[in-house]
Amino acid sequence: MSDEATKPSGTVKFLSGNEACMEGAIAAGCRFFAGYPISPSSEIAEKMSGRLPKLGGKFIQMEDEIASMGAIIGASLAGQKTMTATSGPGFSLMQENLGFAMMAEVPCVVINVMRGGPSTGNPTGPSQSDVMQCRWGTHGDHPAIALSPSTIREVFDTTVACFNFAEMMRTPVVLAMDEITAHMREKIVIPPAAEIALINRRKPALQAGETYYPYEAGEDLVPPMMNFGEGARYHVTGLDHDRTGFPSAAAEVQESLHRRLVDKIERHLEKLLLFEHHRTEDAEVLVVAYGSTARSAKRAVEEARAKGVKAGLFRPITLYPIPEKQIEAAAAHAKRVVVPEMNLGQYKLEVERILGKGPAITGVNRVNGEPIAPSLILSAILGD
Amino acid sequence: MSMDYFQYLRKEKMPHIWCPGCGHGTIMKSILRALDKLKWNQDDVVVVSGIGCSSRTPGYLDFNTLHTTHGRALAFATGIKVANPKLHVIVVSGDGDAMAIGGNHFIHACRRNIEITLIVFNNNIYGMTGGQASPTTFTGFKGTTAPYGAIEQPFNVCSMAQAAGATFVARALDLDAVAMDRLIVQAMQNKGFSVVDAWSQCTTYFGRPNKWGDASDMMEHYKALTYNVRLSDKMTEEEKAGKYPVGVLHQATRPEFCAEYDKLIERVRPVEK
Repeated sequence: MSDEATKPSGTVKFLSGNEACMEGAIAAGCRFFAGYPISPSSEIAEKMSGRLPKLGGKFIQMEDEIASMGAIIGASLAGQKTMTATSGPGFSLMQENLGFAMMAEVPCVVINVMRGGPSTGNPTGPSQSDVMQCRWGTHGDHPAIALSPSTIREVFDTTVACFNFAEMMRTPVVLAMDEITAHMREKIVIPPAAEIALINRRKPALQAGETYYPYEAGEDLVPPMMNFGEGARYHVTGLDHDRTGFPSAAAEVQESLHRRLVDKIERHLEKLLLFEHHRTEDAEVLVVAYGSTARSAKRAVEEARAKGVKAGLFRPITLYPIPEKQIEAAAAHAKRVVVPEMNLGQYKLEVERILGKGPAITGVNRVNGEPIAPSLILSAILGD
Repeated sequence: MSMDYFQYLRKEKMPHIWCPGCGHGTIMKSILRALDKLKWNQDDVVVVSGIGCSSRTPGYLDFNTLHTTHGRALAFATGIKVANPKLHVIVVSGDGDAMAIGGNHFIHACRRNIEITLIVFNNNIYGMTGGQASPTTFTGFKGTTAPYGAIEQPFNVCSMAQAAGATFVARALDLDAVAMDRLIVQAMQNKGFSVVDAWSQCTTYFGRPNKWGDASDMMEHYKALTYNVRLSDKMTEEEKAGKYPVGVLHQATRPEFCAEYDKLIERVRPVEK
């Protein structure tokens, strides 16, 4: 993705990650934003409040993050592409209604600029400690899609991808950005609109007089969606429901609903997986890293190669669903795997689960509000 | 003149979940009579609720209906209204839903004066979860979490609404459905945020532990606790003490959120050449 930043066409800008996120959302067709101020994500709300009314879109500052999440779900049901942006404590508050959006299958996008936690933690320091919250933050079994960008151009691209995935899958999508990526500035070439592929929610093809079943899915497991006000007059609830959208306590209805909500991710897995291989073909030491940490990791891999060590980097851009087969392939020749992250080993747990008792897996972890320097990762690669 | 309720009801969802003697059905019918009077296209009406007995109402109604999370109905409704201001948005909520867990959303919806009508089905108790004390349980009255009587002061829904900026505020009793119809129509016609504190008796969980008798006995109790606001001037302070006025309690004209946002768009949108 980031290689496209050198393409000649498009508008050249010098943006922070938060600014690029706003540009991506606008390019994706987002015309409704609800949010609540919180560091280090606030610039996204600020920029949206300036841009949206100029485009005829709407920005609303809500009373808290719970309300922000509720508002973007409501606005999505009314037909808009919608987004909110927050950080750690606000992301915690959004979990209840995130679950509602998953259950009621309402597309929307949540930007979580990760900061140190738990609690108020380190409001202005970088962190990657919400990785597991992106996967398991709300209660119950549920689908999860979360992306994590490394460069400013990639922030733009992944924000567009979040909207596309949300619309395609009828589910909320999270962009988990670390504070470094959010506040770092880089040159970015914003592609012309014609070069940005957009996906919109699929409408049902109803014959005259045909009943609309808002939760009846075909082979692709994603039900077509009508918006409120378009004449279908259907019911939406967070309760277990059947194809009509009305609550049902029937065991077989509940079982098939919950399985479909999770299975639909698996059904579309290949389309959802974004990742980068860097010198993994013959890698004997594999680094798995994401977000800004992957930038340090890439440098460390180059330095290790210069010392004659066959190192490689696998960078998941889609954190969830996990690119499991791709991680296995990247580790095919690996004797050791290093997982650096600004938390105490959250994604390492996933890598351990995927690679089992194969290569030895080491974490490089920091939770002190400082980035992970290439030298730390290099030491781990060299086994110092 | 009688109207055909079934044109607005999802008949196949009957019977409803409410107990015999509950006032919620009376309020629901009053809402339908108000909507019938306004002749809004059913496709343009959205009914939103949170969680609780009252919040099951949208499921029975043939409009665009949304049953959200506990206390959050106004937040969802705000998103719907801002995203598509042509839709008529009605929120039904209980006293716990609106005044406890949803209290923050309540005061901010009032402050924004967004054109949404909130009907609070106020029965002074958490019915669905089994009769726990709510923010409108009267002091000294019992609930399953106030076995010795509530020691807290109840919220006055209408005073809160007025103080926070709602531009139409009324209280209605289910025992006077004619007045309730009129108040709900006025609320729905208001170009701003409207609150109707609609009192309803919970015979199962409020009447029984507090020895208030059956539904008709409870209505007598509520009648004794209230007075018509139009008679306020003729009553002494002693006569009004501890009682709640019923009728239109507050009306004001103030800029409405969606209309103001449209003006903002007009102001900042680049002129097309």
